[in-house]
Amino acid sequence: MSAPSRPFDVEAIRADFPILDRMMDPDTPMIYLDGGATSQRPRQVIDAEVAYLTRDNAAVKRGAHRMAAAATDAYEGSRKRVADFLGAPSAEEIVFTKNATEALNLVAYCLGNGDASTPAHLRVREGDEILVTEMEHHANLVPWQELARRTGATLRWIPMAEDFTLDLTDLDSLITERTKVVAFTHQSNVLGTINPVSRLVEAARAVGALTVLDAAQSVPHMPVDVASLGVDFVALSGHKMLGPTGIGVLWGRYEHLAALPPFLTGGSMIEVVHLDHSTYAEPPARFEAGTPPISQAVGLAAACDYLDALGMENVAEHERVLTDQALRGLADLDGVRVFGPAAGPGRAGAVSFELEGRHPHDVGQVLDSLGIQARVGHHCAWPLHRRFALHGTTRASFSVHTTTAEVEAFVTGVARTAEFFGSLS
Amino acid sequence: MNTSLNSLYTELVIEHDKRPLHAGLREPFDAEVHHVNPTCGDEITLRLHLSGASEQRRIEDVSYEAIGCAMSRAAASIMADLLLGRTVAEMDPVREHFEAAMGSRGTIDGDEELIGDGVALLGAAKFPARVKCVLMPWKAYQAALVEIQTLGE
Repeated sequence: MSAPSRPFDVEAIRADFPILDRMMDPDTPMIYLDGGATSQRPRQVIDAEVAYLTRDNAAVKRGAHRMAAAATDAYEGSRKRVADFLGAPSAEEIVFTKNATEALNLVAYCLGNGDASTPAHLRVREGDEILVTEMEHHANLVPWQELARRTGATLRWIPMAEDFTLDLTDLDSLITERTKVVAFTHQSNVLGTINPVSRLVEAARAVGALTVLDAAQSVPHMPVDVASLGVDFVALSGHKMLGPTGIGVLWGRYEHLAALPPFLTGGSMIEVVHLDHSTYAEPPARFEAGTPPISQAVGLAAACDYLDALGMENVAEHERVLTDQALRGLADLDGVRVFGPAAGPGRAGAVSFELEGRHPHDVGQVLDSLGIQARVGHHCAWPLHRRFALHGTTRASFSVHTTTAEVEAFVTGVARTAEFFGSLS
Repeated sequence: MNTSLNSLYTELVIEHDKRPLHAGLREPFDAEVHHVNPTCGDEITLRLHLSGASEQRRIEDVSYEAIGCAMSRAAASIMADLLLGRTVAEMDPVREHFEAAMGSRGTIDGDEELIGDGVALLGAAKFPARVKCVLMPWKAYQAALVEIQTLGE
């Protein structure tokens, strides 16, 4: 991370995002409130990918020609840039994946792939326990269910409290000597809840358990310094942080990566290959089988530049102001129930709500007619919705380019949605 | 509000959503299926009771419990009303026409003679995300038919 190099001027930021000029109908501008699903990309990110593709494109780490060297420099330079952005001690700790989901699967598979030569703390086996939370996105739940199924380990979870935070009352009985992994989200994609990382890390460390943090929703919206969090692994996606789709990141402590067996195997991840066996490269190459997403890595590095120039503290403050405004606005509307903690430091910019008696698909449809692009459904967090007896919610999520006028239009849009259905009944 | 919204939430759709016809799960039944739309979590449980054999099979009862948006609930209500008392064979072209019109992005007009109140649902054809909502009850009906056929073999 570096000091901001430009003022946080929303109008100037908006001018960087060509897609924000789009009209949904002749007189209806697009109001994009779905950055939680995927973010829009500034011209700087798009241009960086185009520049790479039109100047340096080649396969990385193979071939003696100069283009291959240029592509390799671009790819490895991006790795260094991402490491700096995340506060990773070394670029060798940055593994490029397809997305955050693949990064989490990578850890889950590697922890089940070991043999007698693998250190015991990096090997999940029958009788071990894996702890997750009730608020997880499916990406940080299903891979652990599958690891438990493959190994005979037991999956447990930290329940939700009524105030939309984790209920840590029974943490001491949930994290035990049998616990091998504690996997949890940094920031709920539905509730906006920011979880107490240090408390969970402390409890996990006390029993020698690994911690895996799903930071897909936090890294785009607040300063995240992986080294100071104390966790062992962090997963995130490029496309939620103004970068391209097709690229994600797994950060892992080097001593873990160096001792883990591979996940996907094939070219690029090997050391020596014989017909009947192979040895594997050092990290991060060991975990990057096949030709990687090169132009996407370049785009992701440009997204890191873009966010760093704005300053993540400023990004977080901007979204905090918008979140407070949305929560205040929705609180004034009859029949609207917000799911998430009250405004404050433990609360980030995902605002999910229910409009009494209306299915979220119907709510989203009316909002869309007003140009407002909000997410509807269970947001890949089905158990969380079930916990609160919901089939789905409607979610607005805010980005660097969101304005107070757009948040106002959103609140007005929810009021008009209620009126629309009220007029039909 | 724009006109496309009104073409979606027609009076008939709102009426079927508010007061769904033939709703609830009843006995007797020959097959029960449970379908889920994994993208939104909507669910339908559908029971089908037939009488007769082969071409003469008649739909004696179709009962259901639908959790979902106005479009999917209205679709279940309209479908149940269409199916009841008719033969399986005579409903095949109805289902086929409805599915074709729903999948046409609005290029196929609905034949009211065939699909009755189903024409009120065709506004959803222009909204790709909603087509699944409307077709879910019909997929459940089809699955129930297959299940009865399999059980009979």
